[in-house]
Amino acid sequence: MDQLILQFFNVEVMAKAWPLLLRGLGMTALLCLAVIPLGLLGGLLAALASTSQSRWLRWPTVALIDLFRALPPLVLLIFVYSGLPFTGLQLPPFLAVVIAFLLNNSAYYGEIIRAGLISVPAGQSEAARSTGLTQSQTLIHVVLPQALRNVLPDLISNSVEVVKMTSLASVVSLAELLYSADMARSVTYNASPITLAALIYLILLWPVVRLMSRFQRKIAI
Amino acid sequence: MSEMNATDRVGGTKPPTLQLSGLHKSFGTVEVLREIDLTVERGQMVFVLGRSGSGKSTMLRCCNRLEEPSAGSIFLEGQDICARGVDLDKIRRRIGMVFQSFNLYPHLDARRNVTLALRKVLKLGRDEADERATSALDRVGLANRADHYPGQLSGGQQQRVAIARAIALQPVVMLFDEPTSALDPELVGEVIAVMRELKDLHMTMLVVSHEMAFAREAADRVVFMADGRIVEDAPPEQFFTQPSEESTRAFLARYSA
Ligand SMILES: Nc1ncnc2c1ncn2[C@@H]1O[C@H](COP(=O)(O)OP(=O)(O)OP(=O)(O)O)[C@@H](O)[C@H]1O
Ligand SMILES: [Mg+2]
Repeated sequence: MDQLILQFFNVEVMAKAWPLLLRGLGMTALLCLAVIPLGLLGGLLAALASTSQSRWLRWPTVALIDLFRALPPLVLLIFVYSGLPFTGLQLPPFLAVVIAFLLNNSAYYGEIIRAGLISVPAGQSEAARSTGLTQSQTLIHVVLPQALRNVLPDLISNSVEVVKMTSLASVVSLAELLYSADMARSVTYNASPITLAALIYLILLWPVVRLMSRFQRKIAI
Repeated sequence: MSEMNATDRVGGTKPPTLQLSGLHKSFGTVEVLREIDLTVERGQMVFVLGRSGSGKSTMLRCCNRLEEPSAGSIFLEGQDICARGVDLDKIRRRIGMVFQSFNLYPHLDARRNVTLALRKVLKLGRDEADERATSALDRVGLANRADHYPGQLSGGQQQRVAIARAIALQPVVMLFDEPTSALDPELVGEVIAVMRELKDLHMTMLVVSHEMAFAREAADRVVFMADGRIVEDAPPEQFFTQPSEESTRAFLARYSA
């Protein structure tokens, strides 16, 4: 039992690993700050294109959304980081991670926002257009606020997935939280830094997950 | 005779507020409107009756091109709104529309439902827009509900806010598509009262509605549609007591029964 505690919950080791993990956490935050807003933007564009009147815009977009939702994000990441160099394009790890995750998340956010757009009754834009609002004014002031509100739980849920997904960046040696924890493990020959990393993820995400469950229960009623 | 003179005086100097001429509309191969000719003079209230599916809504929605006419023309105060190069958004702000299902913006309170177009379309400042919204809401008797969201209002109140949203833009004509059909019977009266008041203010109105008593009392003309055509167009007294068409008589018999 003591052995177990020493291996997994060694406070001394955790204290020593703390600065390293904190830096890792910073990188994780940086990734999220890049991928979540840009992914939302990409998702919005994808959603607009996939609900467009023009089939020349709609069909390719739907195909791309399907493609990037079906591809495992890890496969995408390895492809961008290790595959592209065969074309002579070697991206730094951070950029490779951001690009791979953006492709994946623009597709996911796109599908969510598309569902939101469709959920707004046509009468809403008809009323807006009948007062002389332009198409883009109608989108910005009438349709989007309702669309986003209708799918807010899904948007938050996907953002939680993004935070978790950043740990995949460890495979291209980007020093985010998990990679830093694993480094600390290999230096200290002790699993406690991994435990600490897991705890940090838990502390960050558990409140969000809890809140969403309550939120969804409320909606279900 | 005196009636005719009045018509001449209104119609003579200015073009009619709204004029549909040879209007056709098809959805795919289905012809929904055929050869519609209709004139609404300034200050007139014209009622449109007809069975479900006869094309009333489609005709109304063509008037601000929510539905694109397949052929024919529509003139707003003499201007062809289907002509190439017209700024449709500029046209639409002069045509108010009220929908059966209200279509208020649920994420905005009553005041901001009204001010949105004032701010974004007419580009009024916040104070001026608020002022206009207040007077429009006051006109429909809801100035004290300006902070309420649509979900906190009754159906009748929602429809009155929708009317305020339209009249705040000071349109030259108002289109009503069954404004009271979605309402509980006890709430119909308050919406009709507002429309009656608009009529007293000489608002030009084209109204699709099955409120026969209101039509009979307030309309300048009543139009009956069947199979995408206007088959009867008469003053209310004549329309309700001695319609010329058999289909009109059958329709009235069914509704007054
Ligand atoms: N977007 C559309 N696509 C195809 N057909 C349509 C469309 N809108 C209306 N129609 C058809 O056009 C015809 C006329 O419809 P419209 O809604 O104008 O009738 P209405 O007189 O307003 O009927 P109601 O009293 O039920 O409102 C109907 O047969 C309807 O099915
Ligand atoms: Mg209709």
